[in-house]
Amino acid sequence: MPRIVVDVMPKPEILDPQGKAIAAALPRLGFSGFASVRQGKRFELTVDGDVTPEILQQAREAAEKMLSNPVIEDVVNVEVVAD
Amino acid sequence: MTETPLIGSALIDTAVAQAAESPLAGARIGVVTFPGSLDDRDAARAVRIAGGTAVELWHAESGPEALRGVDAVIIPGGFSYGDYLRAGAISRFAPLMEQIVRAAGSDSAANLLPVLGICNGFQILTESHLLPGSMLKNDHLKFICRDQKLRVENNSTWWTSEYAAGQEITVPLKNQDGQYIADEKTLDALEAEGRVVFRYVGANPNGSRRDIAGISNAAGNVVGLMPHPEHAVEAGYGPESASGRSTGTDGLGFFTSVLNHLVGGTK
Repeated sequence: MPRIVVDVMPKPEILDPQGKAIAAALPRLGFSGFASVRQGKRFELTVDGDVTPEILQQAREAAEKMLSNPVIEDVVNVEVVAD
Repeated sequence: MTETPLIGSALIDTAVAQAAESPLAGARIGVVTFPGSLDDRDAARAVRIAGGTAVELWHAESGPEALRGVDAVIIPGGFSYGDYLRAGAISRFAPLMEQIVRAAGSDSAANLLPVLGICNGFQILTESHLLPGSMLKNDHLKFICRDQKLRVENNSTWWTSEYAAGQEITVPLKNQDGQYIADEKTLDALEAEGRVVFRYVGANPNGSRRDIAGISNAAGNVVGLMPHPEHAVEAGYGPESASGRSTGTDGLGFFTSVLNHLVGGTK
């Protein structure tokens, strides 16, 4: 069944406390090549049947209204993934 | 047969007996329970100790009668829906919240429903857009639980009129996602309009912008804060105060403020 993937990230101007903690822990495992980390969320909305323009539009609206909070997050990607 | 009283119940009985004669008893304060609410019982208890009548409200009830005719609503602390998605993000869409949002933002000033959001309740109010801004994880990433000193910056809201302006109070603070955040324009507007109701005193416990612990809407009927006044209403179970360990009752003023407002408005 096809899925609609929605990616949500903390706004660039907002310090991401979780990403910061991960960035601080990476060098302890020897991963020293990364200057910073930002942690976001990926949602997979499974569709029973074809992804019509209406369903894709619903996903976009759900992403803006519920899956993200515009005060602190941006929806950075909404795309269809076929299996 | 002798029954063992619940902790503090003797005091509650006294409070309830007094409340029966109190002019405040006619004021009915609803306390909302979501799946994962923790402090609903404590909030109801605080209402009773302050002399009012507490009414249980259930998140899944819909229609105007879901509010059961209450005069004010408290959205309590806890981890509604396990904080899934974001703290308060799923609760915000509960059928009862629709009624609360409508009644709190009513066009007619005379009919505005007073609403207090405590901790998770504050997070739900921001997700509902009844209050601006949002909450992030504490900047130090740790859950924090301590007695917290606050300054009452605005004593003209429905929930703070029993305090003096600038009064410092101590109530418990316990959360993980307590870092209040809003853009600079919103923060400037909140300051200019006197809608910063509480500020943290001393070290900022979570990185909140401008030390903000609680805010109100423009009308002052909706107030949200991260610390927990309902845990500081009863000597023996409150924070440390000048009179000794666990004696602090600085949170009681929230509840007496709204009750006095409801029964007549003046102290």
